[in-house]
Amino acid sequence: MPFEVFVALRFLKEGRTQTYLILSGIGVGVGVIVFLSALIGGLQKSLIERTLGTQAHVVVRAPEDVVRSVAEPQAGLAVAPRLEKPAQRLRSIVGWPQTLDLLRALPDVRAAAPTVSGAAFALRGLANRSVALRGVEPSSYRQIIDMAPRVIAGEFRVDGTNAVLGHELASDLGVSVGDKVRIETPAGRSEVILVAGIFDVGIKDLNERWVFVSLRAAQTLLDLAGGISTIELKVDEIFAAERVAGEITARTGLQADSWMKLNQQLLVGLRSQSASSWMIQFFVVVAVALGIASVLVVSVVQKSREIGILKAMGTRTGQIVRIFLVQGAVLGLAGSLVGIAIGTGLSYFFASLATNPDGTATFPVNVSAGLFLGATAVATITGLVAAVAPARRAASLDPADVIRYG
Amino acid sequence: MAEPLVVLEGVTKSFGTEVVTQVLHGIDLEILPAEFTALVGPSGSGKSTLLNLLGLLDRPTTGRILLAGRDTTGLTDDERSAFRGKTLGFVFQFHHLLPEFTALENVMMPMLAAKGREGKGMRERALSLLEEIGLADRADYRATKLSGGQQQRVAIARALVLEPPLVLADEPTGNLDTESGDQVFELLHRVSAEHRTAFLVVTHDERIAARCDRVLTMVDGRIRSDERNAKT
Repeated sequence: MPFEVFVALRFLKEGRTQTYLILSGIGVGVGVIVFLSALIGGLQKSLIERTLGTQAHVVVRAPEDVVRSVAEPQAGLAVAPRLEKPAQRLRSIVGWPQTLDLLRALPDVRAAAPTVSGAAFALRGLANRSVALRGVEPSSYRQIIDMAPRVIAGEFRVDGTNAVLGHELASDLGVSVGDKVRIETPAGRSEVILVAGIFDVGIKDLNERWVFVSLRAAQTLLDLAGGISTIELKVDEIFAAERVAGEITARTGLQADSWMKLNQQLLVGLRSQSASSWMIQFFVVVAVALGIASVLVVSVVQKSREIGILKAMGTRTGQIVRIFLVQGAVLGLAGSLVGIAIGTGLSYFFASLATNPDGTATFPVNVSAGLFLGATAVATITGLVAAVAPARRAASLDPADVIRYG
Repeated sequence: MAEPLVVLEGVTKSFGTEVVTQVLHGIDLEILPAEFTALVGPSGSGKSTLLNLLGLLDRPTTGRILLAGRDTTGLTDDERSAFRGKTLGFVFQFHHLLPEFTALENVMMPMLAAKGREGKGMRERALSLLEEIGLADRADYRATKLSGGQQQRVAIARALVLEPPLVLADEPTGNLDTESGDQVFELLHRVSAEHRTAFLVVTHDERIAARCDRVLTMVDGRIRSDERNAKT
């Protein structure tokens, strides 16, 4: 063991009360940091997961129709064009199989699924409801949004005339698995579907409106034979979605919207939440640093005689400085271990306080090895930095004074 | 005659900037290897100041100090620390052991500081010194658990551990009772002879001074007399 570490550890061990007090102080500080990070991280993760549980990361659709002036400028004639914005119709993505292959080959894209979405009415007896028809291929769509676990009756089967709808819509129409529902579209087409499954995604609006049918059925109903209206994507890194969307627009000319663009409010909320959490953590770090520094300053004063003796025995100034730096770093390191235990315990206790009906925590916490490493690194570096001033003070002690007045 | 171990040439020391107090006036002194010297004189005569200068804990205002043939004037603080560790041992009046460490660790401390970590044979060397001073059975006692005389003996072992040619002792028996004081002095005398180490002992005790090879008497910052006792 290096001489400096040997002396530093012994000084800490012998200064029991002080050492324990400051360790508790650092422990509480690091505990707050760990708890806060775990809580905020957990909340944000679950918020994003919940949001993305029913949304693709990026939705690609055909560009909007635009109108161009046909009036040719003529000499001596002023043209005052008034362009009327066209009503947008449901259009297919031109050459979508090639586009799909291209999108799937992009490095950031994990999965892509062709879908046909459009408005329709669901009718049964006297009841009729406006619904969002979603034609999907079960195999590819499962990689974007996995509906199977959310099915509460029947199964997620969309082939032939089989369809899956939300449980609010099912109760509005008074249907259950095995019943039939008529679907009519503004295009004037109509088809009878068979309810194969009923889902609950936890969002009332979607439970009332979504009707999953096969791709082919949606193409027929929406008059989009052989075409698709949208390609939904999942990307590897969710916060890269906006960039990926931009790249797709640039490469294909199609309109691509990321979940971030569609949920800006959520992102602003998350960002300000993070900012306030960082601020609290910053002040905790400052408080911990001041605590370590003040304990070490007191220790330098208390140990000035020992420092003088060490110098008289040939200990160099650098070694004295390191003895105190090591003490700061060891306090930070040991305190962070205490703090990780406190913070983790607090996090799990808090998470266990309130649970959802399905047994998951209402306030999920995100405790990870990365968080532990971060907290340990911050506390150790804080200890080291806090020890600089006391260490310099120790180094500047004059051994002659110390020994003379002992 | 052997090469002198310590040479002081015209050393003066003043304290203060506005009111200058000159504590040492032109000291010229030579100390030979293995010489056992007492430094006596009334309080305020400059004994401790001279000891601090010799111990490289302080710098002279003017004059030169040569230790083991080396001029110490231009050395940096770290060079002085390193040189001090090699060349000098200290025994202080208040036996200044490090209270956090055991007797054995205290004796090892100068070796640890010099090498940076525990090396081969350090522990054995410290133990053999503790044996020499009759405290081998106290090796693992905390410094604070030892009596005053025992602490002072441990301090002597520590001063000798790097085999310095010169040990400076500031009233090593000053706060010990007569019996412990005599034991400590006997020990100093014995190790000086056995290790061929020069000692400079500041003391108020006339009895002790009388048993040294040489007695320097200081008055008002000057060496008043320099007498060699007949070898006993």
